[in-house]
Amino acid sequence: MTTYIIKRLIQALFVLILVTLIIFFVMRLLPGDPIIIYVAQTAELEAMPPEMLDKLRAEFGLDKPIVVQYANWVSGIFQGDFGTSIFYRENVSTLLLERFPVTLHLGILALIISSILGIVLGLVAAIRRGKWMDTVVTPLTYIGISIPVFWLGILLIYGFGLKLGWLPICGYTSPFDDFWLSTRQLVLPVICLALFGLAANARQMRSSMLEVIRQDYIRTAWSKGLSERNIIAKHAIKNSLIPVITLIGISVRIMLGGAVLIEIVFAIPGVGRLLVSSIFGQDYVVVQAVTFVMAVIVLVVNLIVDISYGWLDPKIQYG
Amino acid sequence: MVEKNTTYTEFLEAPPHVSEWRRFTRVFFQRKLVIFGLAILVLLVITAVFATWLAPYDPYKLGTADSLLQPSMGHPLGTDILGRDTLSRLIYGSRTALMVGFISVGVASIIGITLGLTAGYFGGAVNVIIMRAMDALMSFPMILLALVVASVLGGGIQNVIIALSIAITPAYARVIHGLTLSIRENDYILAQRAMGASNIRTMLGHILPNALPPMIVQITLQLGALILAEAGLSFLGIGIKPPGAAWGSMVNDGYKYLLNNPLLSFAPGLAIMLVVFAFNMVGDGLRDALDPRLRGLL
Repeated sequence: MTTYIIKRLIQALFVLILVTLIIFFVMRLLPGDPIIIYVAQTAELEAMPPEMLDKLRAEFGLDKPIVVQYANWVSGIFQGDFGTSIFYRENVSTLLLERFPVTLHLGILALIISSILGIVLGLVAAIRRGKWMDTVVTPLTYIGISIPVFWLGILLIYGFGLKLGWLPICGYTSPFDDFWLSTRQLVLPVICLALFGLAANARQMRSSMLEVIRQDYIRTAWSKGLSERNIIAKHAIKNSLIPVITLIGISVRIMLGGAVLIEIVFAIPGVGRLLVSSIFGQDYVVVQAVTFVMAVIVLVVNLIVDISYGWLDPKIQYG
Repeated sequence: MVEKNTTYTEFLEAPPHVSEWRRFTRVFFQRKLVIFGLAILVLLVITAVFATWLAPYDPYKLGTADSLLQPSMGHPLGTDILGRDTLSRLIYGSRTALMVGFISVGVASIIGITLGLTAGYFGGAVNVIIMRAMDALMSFPMILLALVVASVLGGGIQNVIIALSIAITPAYARVIHGLTLSIRENDYILAQRAMGASNIRTMLGHILPNALPPMIVQITLQLGALILAEAGLSFLGIGIKPPGAAWGSMVNDGYKYLLNNPLLSFAPGLAIMLVVFAFNMVGDGLRDALDPRLRGLL
């Protein structure tokens, strides 16, 4: 087990290095000179002497060879320094510390809801296969994995926000400032973000549960005269959870992508919104930092998922 | 309680021979939702092919009608801010969705299959480098990777196709890689090698055909995910350039006029959902029909 974890950590580190390489060199392929764009946005390009542009370039370290720029960027990350945003003229770490908690608040709520509700619904659909719960839940899960999140957001805004007026349609408030308003503002975005994962988890839970309850050891449990509650809770759930755990790992990645769209629809000032505006503004320092942090989250979640298999299924041998 | 409905004759008689194709169609068409999904796809292809005849108005020409007209007999879904007929744009949007979907899946599956097959077959350093690179690509959310690539390449439909192909390749490479690893261990592959077949011949002639059924399922299921990602990109304003019609950008355009005519935003979104739903259903049906473990159980 320990050797497996060490091996897996080394592998993750290797992937992480590849991630930094991909991010850095892809961003340097961006057309256009970020300095020119920044200056053009402040409308001083005409009046700006070339020496001034060079000075700005030196300020952002853009005059050095690209390999040196890469080395500087990576060593900066290890010191928690992601560079300075060309557009905001602010330290990117400060920007991230400001924006990431918002996305995490949204994302963690959605992850908890989609995991718990998805597993419970899938479980019920499986053990009451063919009954009304199953016939209602299963087709709904198909819709859940097919609906575009941004469109669902618009539907909810139209229905609950504009027509019924029950919930605010956009914005974000810190729960420490006004907990009630913050929660009301988050209801719709969290539903949107949770739905895909919820539906996917329910589908996976249903099918793996159906597979497990056909196994011999479950039949043995029945013939011993154990109660249904006992069999499901003690014998069936744990084994049918394994594929669901894998899926939760995958859905973290999908949720981070979905958060980008949802933050745009609901005007939530998280990292997704920051990322999109930085892409359009070609503020590559920010884009680099946000994509890096998102990739690290996905890598860490996958690491946890891989290691948790051992706890769930002792049959799995780590080679 | 085991129900006692088996008779001895069942064990004595040999099972009637059923051809592979018959077995496939029987399982595939068993579920009504799969048939529904297939019907949507057929309708979609017909719409895309005959868009020129089906669309009542020119989807690109500006000011053919007043802007933001309410739905009426002449314009069943109303008109957008530039006076273009929404139904016509919706019909032309099916071309964008299908083209982006099919071309990216085609490109991604060719590259993904080549990489995954090579990595799995040769193993060693080749395997490590290819598969870890795929892992690295897989650690970005798909839409984010496509967003960054598309912004590097610039807008336009061909760049969206490139971006989405890159984003989806690792998924295919992983599946075929896993399949290759298990197929490679079979005796018939060993026999091939003993007979002196070349690596290319073993890979293309013997491993690939055996890996194809699960790959087809993957490809179909990913088409849905791909169309969702394309819609997301065009919703954000990256992708097909105006005046071209894409469902995602139509949702975004209509969003601003939600209180004037909600259909502007609702109709294209519904189209996206139906198409993704159809690909998911057909993919599920294919999986049930192609997976021998599930045969006869459904």
